Amino acid sequence: MSVRRLAPADKQPKDFAFTKENLAWAEKQIAKYPTGRQQSAIIPLLWRAQEQNGGWLPEAAIRHVSEMLGMAHIRALEVATFYTMFLLEPCGKKAHVQVCGTTPCMLRGAQAIFDVCKRRIHHDPGHVSAGGDFSWEEVECLGACVNAPMVLIWNDTYEDLTADSFEKVLDGFAKGQPVKPGPQVDRQLSAPVGGQTTLKSVKA
Amino acid sequence: MLDDKDRIFKNLYGQGDWGLEGARSRGSWDGTKAILDKGRDAIVAEVKASGLRGRGGAGFPTGVKWSFMPKAIGDRPHYLVVNADESEPGTCKDREIMRHDPHLLVEGCLIAGRSMDCRSGYIYVRGEFIRERQRLQAAIDQAYEAKLIGKDNIHGYDFDLYVHHGAGAYICGEEMALLESLEGKKGQPRLKPPFPANMGLYGCPTTVNNVESIAVVPDIMRRGATWFAGIGRPNNTGTKLFCISGHVERPCTVEEAMGIPVRELIDTHCGGVRGGWDNLLAIIPGGSSMPLIPASQCDELKMDFDGCAALKSSLGTAAVIVMDKSTDIIRAMARISYFYKHESCGQCTPCREGMGWMWRVLTRMADGRAQKREIDMLFDVTKQIEGHTICAFGDGAAWPVQGLLRHFRPEIERRIDEYTRNADRSGAVQVAAE
Repeated sequence: MSVRRLAPADKQPKDFAFTKENLAWAEKQIAKYPTGRQQSAIIPLLWRAQEQNGGWLPEAAIRHVSEMLGMAHIRALEVATFYTMFLLEPCGKKAHVQVCGTTPCMLRGAQAIFDVCKRRIHHDPGHVSAGGDFSWEEVECLGACVNAPMVLIWNDTYEDLTADSFEKVLDGFAKGQPVKPGPQVDRQLSAPVGGQTTLKSVKA
Repeated sequence: MLDDKDRIFKNLYGQGDWGLEGARSRGSWDGTKAILDKGRDAIVAEVKASGLRGRGGAGFPTGVKWSFMPKAIGDRPHYLVVNADESEPGTCKDREIMRHDPHLLVEGCLIAGRSMDCRSGYIYVRGEFIRERQRLQAAIDQAYEAKLIGKDNIHGYDFDLYVHHGAGAYICGEEMALLESLEGKKGQPRLKPPFPANMGLYGCPTTVNNVESIAVVPDIMRRGATWFAGIGRPNNTGTKLFCISGHVERPCTVEEAMGIPVRELIDTHCGGVRGGWDNLLAIIPGGSSMPLIPASQCDELKMDFDGCAALKSSLGTAAVIVMDKSTDIIRAMARISYFYKHESCGQCTPCREGMGWMWRVLTRMADGRAQKREIDMLFDVTKQIEGHTICAFGDGAAWPVQGLLRHFRPEIERRIDEYTRNADRSGAVQVAAE
């Protein structure tokens, strides 16, 4: 299991409140669940709070969400620390790179991606680069194993990477013009490189 | 090779329109009302007759699972929960269903819901599948818009469908942990019994099914159980999405008949093993939880539940991870152990402590920094974890290590010998090849 703690006090903002749009969105989420079961909405709400806060989850946001849902503060803290996609420390402003390092990606050369991260971002995962723009971490299987190796940056996956094409992905984020997500080689998503072996008779 | 007309996932690679129009042109939402009007018993009987076994890993017959739900609605509502928390390393099939053929899943939910008198369903998508979740939500919105689901829909069976998501916990793919997570708690599995069909989501009767199990149901109902049962072998019927990753020329996801020989699967769709079939070292047939199968046994391996079980492994999610002779097999398995160490929920002591222990020992063994008696000790520890935890996570973490010890013990011993020989040798230190 992974032991995770909140960011130190000097990094924590004092207050957090949802914007008007996010508040309206949150109320719609809560309405998905039966009356009295509003606690179910905690993961979507914390997620939205993290997005609003620039990619990481401060303590004030956890408290805010727990109060919205009528939960004990500690129950919300449990959820925030249990689920590893909630980043409890500030991350890169332009890109937080999640590199898959699990066996299928490892077999296809994920190590080369880690080397680029170490060289260009920071030697250690979980640290923000010198300019504050980038950060990276090693994550467990992201579920795109036939397109290994791959990374997840914000909402999109970048697949079939090599060290060179991954550098281009990072360059794209540095310039504020991300490259097209998905496979970075000539390939129709999860179909074999070189063309489909099946479904040829099915017209698109 | 399976004929294209027998394939269920006709938009597997996203070459066509994922939306309602595209789905209709591929046959979805055709005669759904007639299917629902058959009634719950007829639907369950048809799914039972098709021989469909759950596609999430355990292979439990789907129709039988549905029949466990209470026959009449009492004072508690019934829930359908779809497990789209696809996180098993090697597996990426549900992702393709959700982003390219979401209407198969939406229609399947309606039919499955009807067969268990559920009036609402939740689809639990893993947190990392952000675009997939948005696509699925868009498909559900289309279905509401067209009055295919929801209140007062054209099918005459009120059914609400919601998308929920996680935030990066593998354990939430375990059905009881998934329900806990859906209730807004940490994803720590509950003890069974009571089983979800009796006490599931919010204490109500619930059935949890994998995405693929649900998505094939509309086709089974339309084309008939005998069509589905006619593909594959008895007890292992139907088509299956296979994800072939690792050391093959062209990794891909493909729909094939159950029981296809693994060599045919790899040669036909992936251009063969990198460096040729003789360069194969081992495969993992069903996602990282399943024991590996060495190359010497792969010639006879048929990819279905019984075929894999015959070689002391399991079909699991049909995620084939191929490893050629360049693989450092001990390090590859140590990485799988690291995965389990990272993902253990921490509830049961054998798992929480055992995962880290196995990972540390395997990491030393990869270097050769171990004693030979530790090999037996490691096996003993896996046996102490297996079957001694609340959920099957402990089993799934112990099996791959057992598979390694069963088939590659000489390699571990060789590496230990190598390392100790280096200890009193002058000259360059020999390091095991990566």
